[in-house]
Amino acid sequence: MNRILSFVFAPGFFSNEQVVNALWLGGVIAVVAGAVGVFTVLRGQSFAGHAMSDMGAAGAAGSLLAGGTAVTGFLSFSVIAGALVDLLGVRPRDRDVATGLVLTAVLGLGSLFLFFDTRVVGAPEMILFGSIFDSEPSLTPILSGLALLMLVLMLILYRPLVFSSLSAETAGARGVPVRLIGFIYMLLLAVSVGETALIVGSLLSTALLIGPASTALRLTSRIGRAIPLAALIGLLCTWLGILLAYDSYYWPPAGRGWPVSFFITGLVLALYLASRMWPQGAPTRALAD
Amino acid sequence: MSSSATGWINWLVSPGIFTYSFMQNAWLSGTIIAIVCGVAGFFTMLRGSAFAAHALPKIGFAGAAGAVWLSVNPLWGLSVFAVGGALGIGWLGKGARRDVIIGLILAFGLGTGALFLSFNNEYAAGAIALLFGQIVGVSTGEVIDTAVLAALCLALLVVLYRPLLFASVAPDNAEARGVSLRSIDIWFLVVIGIATAVTVPIVGALLSFSLLVGPAAAASYLTHRPSHAMMLSVAIALLSLWIGVALAYDTGWPVGFFVATLVVIAYAVARITAQWRVSRLSRVAPAE
Amino acid sequence: MTSQTFSTSPVLTVSHVGMKFLNRSVLEDIELTIGAGEFIGLIGPNGAGKSTLLRILLGLQKPTRGTVEILGSPVRRGNRYIGYVPQKIHLDPATPLSGRDLAGLGLDGHRYGIAFFNRKRHAQIDEALEMVDARHLADAPVGRLSGGEQQRLLIAQALLTHPQILLLDEPLSNLDIKSAREVVRLVARIQREHGVTVILVAHDMNPLIDVMDRIIYLAQGRAAIGPVDVVVQSDVLSTLYGYPVEVIRTRNRILVVGGQDSGIEDFSVTGGEHCHGTEVLST
Ligand SMILES: Nc1ncnc2c1ncn2[C@@H]1O[C@H](COP(=O)(O)OP(=O)(O)O)[C@@H](O)[C@H]1O
Ligand SMILES: [Mg+2]
Repeated sequence: MNRILSFVFAPGFFSNEQVVNALWLGGVIAVVAGAVGVFTVLRGQSFAGHAMSDMGAAGAAGSLLAGGTAVTGFLSFSVIAGALVDLLGVRPRDRDVATGLVLTAVLGLGSLFLFFDTRVVGAPEMILFGSIFDSEPSLTPILSGLALLMLVLMLILYRPLVFSSLSAETAGARGVPVRLIGFIYMLLLAVSVGETALIVGSLLSTALLIGPASTALRLTSRIGRAIPLAALIGLLCTWLGILLAYDSYYWPPAGRGWPVSFFITGLVLALYLASRMWPQGAPTRALAD
Repeated sequence: MSSSATGWINWLVSPGIFTYSFMQNAWLSGTIIAIVCGVAGFFTMLRGSAFAAHALPKIGFAGAAGAVWLSVNPLWGLSVFAVGGALGIGWLGKGARRDVIIGLILAFGLGTGALFLSFNNEYAAGAIALLFGQIVGVSTGEVIDTAVLAALCLALLVVLYRPLLFASVAPDNAEARGVSLRSIDIWFLVVIGIATAVTVPIVGALLSFSLLVGPAAAASYLTHRPSHAMMLSVAIALLSLWIGVALAYDTGWPVGFFVATLVVIAYAVARITAQWRVSRLSRVAPAE
Repeated sequence: MTSQTFSTSPVLTVSHVGMKFLNRSVLEDIELTIGAGEFIGLIGPNGAGKSTLLRILLGLQKPTRGTVEILGSPVRRGNRYIGYVPQKIHLDPATPLSGRDLAGLGLDGHRYGIAFFNRKRHAQIDEALEMVDARHLADAPVGRLSGGEQQRLLIAQALLTHPQILLLDEPLSNLDIKSAREVVRLVARIQREHGVTVILVAHDMNPLIDVMDRIIYLAQGRAAIGPVDVVVQSDVLSTLYGYPVEVIRTRNRILVVGGQDSGIEDFSVTGGEHCHGTEVLST
């Protein structure tokens, strides 16, 4: 038994401060991203969610270039991006092209910043692929507090948010301030994406945002159940990913560990694919459109 | 006044810009890329496929990183992953939200890319260069590959032209007339995948989608004839790419940055022009 | 369910058609026979299965049960003798297509390759545009046209193959009363002048009262077909719905009113209408 345990949890797993910090932070962002992600999937805003992480990366690159920290860049740029994308278009196809163009503009600048950052060896990789094991411990309470704040906000907005996500027109007719709710939600999404991108890397935050959520929505059509389920799936994938990354330290070919992001995205995709085998209890037409 | 203009031109067209063989490769393949992206972009815009156009280059980047690790030509890794990603999106896209599938495959593709990058023992400069693109991205041999892939892309678009247009504008009618939306969709994604593979080495994985999204969106504000829109889109793409390559040569900055910026400017100009035209028309003839 | 009253030979026969989506029955044992040149209004509340029935007629969806025969042969996709105008089409304001381009897709949009300019093709498209009074829209950008104008272009598109049957899915739903009346008049004219059989889907029967030969009322997966005066009666519709509904004729409008309870337990993404107490089921 002990042998198996020590095989699964390689020695030092729980006593390593970086690992414990990573487990905590990873768990926090996975829960928030899973919950916010359910609405992202329902509202068909995966592209916007992904674009925000890219724009956050542009911000981080610029911030590093100017001698600031990645966290300020990530959060400020993704929030600005969220506001922009919200202002740009309501209809799906307009939104698609508009998002693409805003992304082009911001990422154009971002790629220039990143390019200059390449003089700091490893900076682009850090921004793009994340650094869950090296995050500043001093950031942990701030990021956790922010996450808690977002969960509380979502709880307060729960009913109008669900209503306007499922059927904006009916919700509007019943007096729900659909635009305002949409805007607040966009900001929630932006902060969540910014945090996730900071920790697991901008290029991979999309996985935690939409993977667990879409898996959960495959398993249940009740939003009230999908949200905790998505949070749970996200948590599971993240912790398992961290564990595997820690264990992989001695794996071939390089002998310096496989990246966490590979494991997390792989697990997320695998779970989603598995959920597609699940017999569909309820028609997913609302999702397929 | 005119002397400062010639000064600018001399700076823009600095020595060697047309004579170095790597620059000749860049001009040649840049031109090919712009034509392909201009035409493919027309349908990308029409179908609202900007997310796919954005995702496939990054997925292709993962393949290139793998190719660098295995010491094969990155163009192969790029092509295999971009087209493979396109097929994956098309295949899984059935009965699910398209944007979710794209996001998931994109994330997993990049996770794999991170893995390949970590396998490379030294700093994988070759792979990172593919993120940003570079004017020396295409060797003489690869110009031929680029031309062949581009020809394939254009040939596919010619064959698919009418059903693709039909399925993009009025999918239900097209289906009722016997067009298979699904196979059209998959073929189109493959076209984007190939276009991506040829674009990334020069423009970079981060921004190659801008050539598929921007020029066509700009053109759609200026004309409502498909053929004109396509030609205009090609023209804007060509101009952005040529100027981008020249500026990249002069500054040493990434091509992608210049191309993206120029494309966004073209879009803004087109949109403002269109708005101005509409408001002027409505003032001249308020009744119609 | 109700008597068949038409004099011409049938162009469309639906027998024992049932449709299930994952154990949920949407259509049950539908029986219809429709004669050449009839104008049929297909009426029913949201989610009744009207679009599903059209998709079955088009061969886009295979019914779980039963058979459909059109013009003497089983349904097949891409039948050029059926024209179809779908429920919704979203055209971006900047869509780079002219009215002629959009209509022309009906002629050869399904063929591979590029269409080259061709005088005959041009004339054919213009003729179809003429039929829907949209000749002046030939060179207009489609994205900037009004809903009614787009609707007419789509009807022209459907007419380009000279269909014998025209299926229109809720062509009136996004139109104001005036444009809706125009579209109805237009479709009725095409039906009369060209002998086309028309099935027009709507959730409101009132705009169609004057032009319909017969009505198909669809509810709870069941259908009743016949003249309006026969089908739209409290007893017939109550049988159809499975609970008491009342048909109210006021001035020259018909209202169908019913009572039904179904609570909302949790928001769910399955779609469909939640009903509360008494409400107007269809008009
Ligand atoms: N492909 C499908 N998968 C699952 N359910 C479907 C599908 N198509 C239609 N439905 C369901 O069948 C019912 C009837 O739909 P529809 O024919 O569109 O209704 P109507 O056009 O009368 O409003 C709806 O409840 C809808 O959710
Ligand atoms: Mg319908």
